[in-house]
Amino acid sequence: MKEFGGKVLFLDRSDINTDEIIPAKYLTEISKDALKPHMLEDLKLVGFGPQSPGVADARVIVTRENFGCGSSREHAPWVFEMNHINVVIASSFARIFRQNMFNCGMLAIELPESAIDRLFRHEEGAKVSIDFEGNTLTIESAKGKETLDYSISEFDKALVRAGGWVDFADARY
Amino acid sequence: MAMTLSEKVFEAHLRDEPFPGTKVLGIDVVMCHEITTPIAINDLVARGKDRVFDPEKIKVVIDHVTPAKDTKTAQQGKILRDWARRHAIRDFFDIGRNGVCHAIFPESGFIRPGYTVIMGDSHTCTHGAFGAFAAGVGTTDLEVGILKGVCAFREPKTIRINIRGKMPGDVYAKDVILRVIKELTVNGATDCVIEFHGEVVSSMSMESRMTLCNMAIEAGGTSGVCMPDEVTVEYLWPFISSEYKDKEAAVADFRKWWSDEGCEYVMVLDIDVTGMGPQVTVGYKPDQVKDVSEVAGQAVDQVYIGSCTNGRIEDLRVAAAYLKGRTIAPTVRGIVSPATPKVFRQADEEGIIKIFMDAGFCVTNPTCGACLGMSNGVLAPGEVCASTTNRNFNGRMGKGGMVHLMSPATAAVAAIEGKIADPRKYGKGGTK
Repeated sequence: MKEFGGKVLFLDRSDINTDEIIPAKYLTEISKDALKPHMLEDLKLVGFGPQSPGVADARVIVTRENFGCGSSREHAPWVFEMNHINVVIASSFARIFRQNMFNCGMLAIELPESAIDRLFRHEEGAKVSIDFEGNTLTIESAKGKETLDYSISEFDKALVRAGGWVDFADARY
Repeated sequence: MAMTLSEKVFEAHLRDEPFPGTKVLGIDVVMCHEITTPIAINDLVARGKDRVFDPEKIKVVIDHVTPAKDTKTAQQGKILRDWARRHAIRDFFDIGRNGVCHAIFPESGFIRPGYTVIMGDSHTCTHGAFGAFAAGVGTTDLEVGILKGVCAFREPKTIRINIRGKMPGDVYAKDVILRVIKELTVNGATDCVIEFHGEVVSSMSMESRMTLCNMAIEAGGTSGVCMPDEVTVEYLWPFISSEYKDKEAAVADFRKWWSDEGCEYVMVLDIDVTGMGPQVTVGYKPDQVKDVSEVAGQAVDQVYIGSCTNGRIEDLRVAAAYLKGRTIAPTVRGIVSPATPKVFRQADEEGIIKIFMDAGFCVTNPTCGACLGMSNGVLAPGEVCASTTNRNFNGRMGKGGMVHLMSPATAAVAAIEGKIADPRKYGKGGTK
C-alpha cells in the first residue's frame, strides 16, 4: 500500500479540471517521471502558482466540488503520485478521475461540504493523517486537531490494498 | 421489472460483482489512441504480460497528433504501431487512413446497440448514440480492458432528457446539447447515463445524435444514450445487412435495448427547443452558456471547425452553407479538420472543401487538431477562438487563450464577420 498523509495543500475552488492539473501539451510524455515538474501548471486560482510555498512538500490536497473533471487522462493522478500526493479530499469528484485514483492505489475521499468547510478552517501547514482500516482522517494545525469519519466503497478499498486495479484484476480474472 | 437501456446492457455483460455495487462487465470494444495507450502498453510489457484479450475487439487509431510533430509524438505512434502489429490487431488506423477516434470507429461500423465500449478518452460517451453503453476511462482501466476484456463500474443511474418542440432554423444539435449542459451544470450528471428522448432526437441523424452524446461528459455523465431506431439501422445497414433479413427485422431486434416504460430515472428534464436561439459558451466551463445575442460582437482571432463533436460530414455541410460565396474576415485564421478520410473525400466530392478554401480556410488532415492544444492551431495568450469543439477550459487550446464553444453554423458566421455573430441573420443555410 502507498503512504497516505502529510502536509495539506488547500485548493479553494470547484470544478478543477484535469487540463489544469496537467496540460495536454505534456501528454506526449511516455514516462510518469517526466510529468513531475508540471503539476497544476494551468490552475486558475487567485494567489496560486505551481511554485507557491506549500506546493512542493504537500502530501494531501483538500478541495471542493467536482475535482478532476474533463479529460480522462490518468496523467492527473500520476502527476500527483510523482509529487508524493497520494490523497485528494473533496466534496465530490468527477467519475473518471475518482476511479483513476483508486486504480492507481491512491485515495479519493469524498466528504460532505460541511466537513470540507471544517477542513478549510485549518491553516496552510495543516497535516492530515489517515487511518485506512478505521476509515477516519485527522487534521491538525495551529487551529487544533479533529478527526472525521469517511467512507469509501469496499471495491475501492480492495484496490488500494492490492496496489491498484491491474494487480487486482490480474489475480481475479 | 422495468429497466433502463444501460441496466439491460449491464445485465447482459455482467461478469462479476466482487463487492456489492461494483459490476465488472465484459467489454465488446476496447478502443485505443496514441496518447493514453502507450503507457498501458509499456506497463504490460514491464509486467511480462504483453498480451491482448482479443485482437478483433481492440480498435486502434493515431489521431491526436498526426502526422507526428516531434520525437516524443513519433515515439507514441511507434509504440502503438509496433504493438498493433505484434498482436495482429487488424483494425489499426495509421496515417493516410486515420481520423478522429469517435468519428472513424462508428463510421467503420464497430459500434452496435447493446454494446459495452471503453476507451482512454473522456469523449467515448459519443458512441452511446447507437444505444451502447460507452464510457471514457483512464489508462489503468484501459490496460485491464486490453489484457482481460473487462472493466469495473458502479451501476450508473439514468437521467432522461426529453427534447421537444420544433428545431428553429440555424439551430443544431450542438446548440441543444449546450443548452442541456447549462441546465444540468458541469457535474449534474456525475455517475449518471444521460438518455436523450423526444421528437427532436428521433428526427436527428446519427451525426447529430453523436454530437449530443459526445458532450454528456461535460455534464459529468458516464455515457450519453439514444434509443436505437430506424435511423440507427440505416446508418449501420452496410455492416449488419447479412445479420438481418431486412431493416425492419433489425429495428425490431434493436428495440429490445430500449428503456422500458416505467423504468427508474433519477431526473427527467424537458427541454422545448421551439424558439431557442444558437448557444455559445463564455468563460472556462462548458455550462457557462449564453444565447448568441448576448455574446455577439466578441472579436475572434481563430475559428476552428472539427473534432469528435463537430467534424463529421453533416457539420462541414452546415458550415459550408454559410460560407459559400463568402470570404472570412482578414483578421481571422480559419481552420477546418474533417474528422476522417471518408468525411474529407465526401466533402471534396460535394465541393465543400473548395468552399472552405475559397473562403480562406486552412483545411488540415483528419486529426483532433486544435481542440486540445497539443498539436496544431494553438492560440497565443490573449487570443480568442470560436470553436466547434467540446471544452472551453482555461488553457485548453493554448495557455492564456479563450475558447467559445458553438455550432458549425455559428462558427462559420464568426469566421465571416471576425466576431461572434448570430447565424440567423444569414438565414437558414446562409441563403440570404
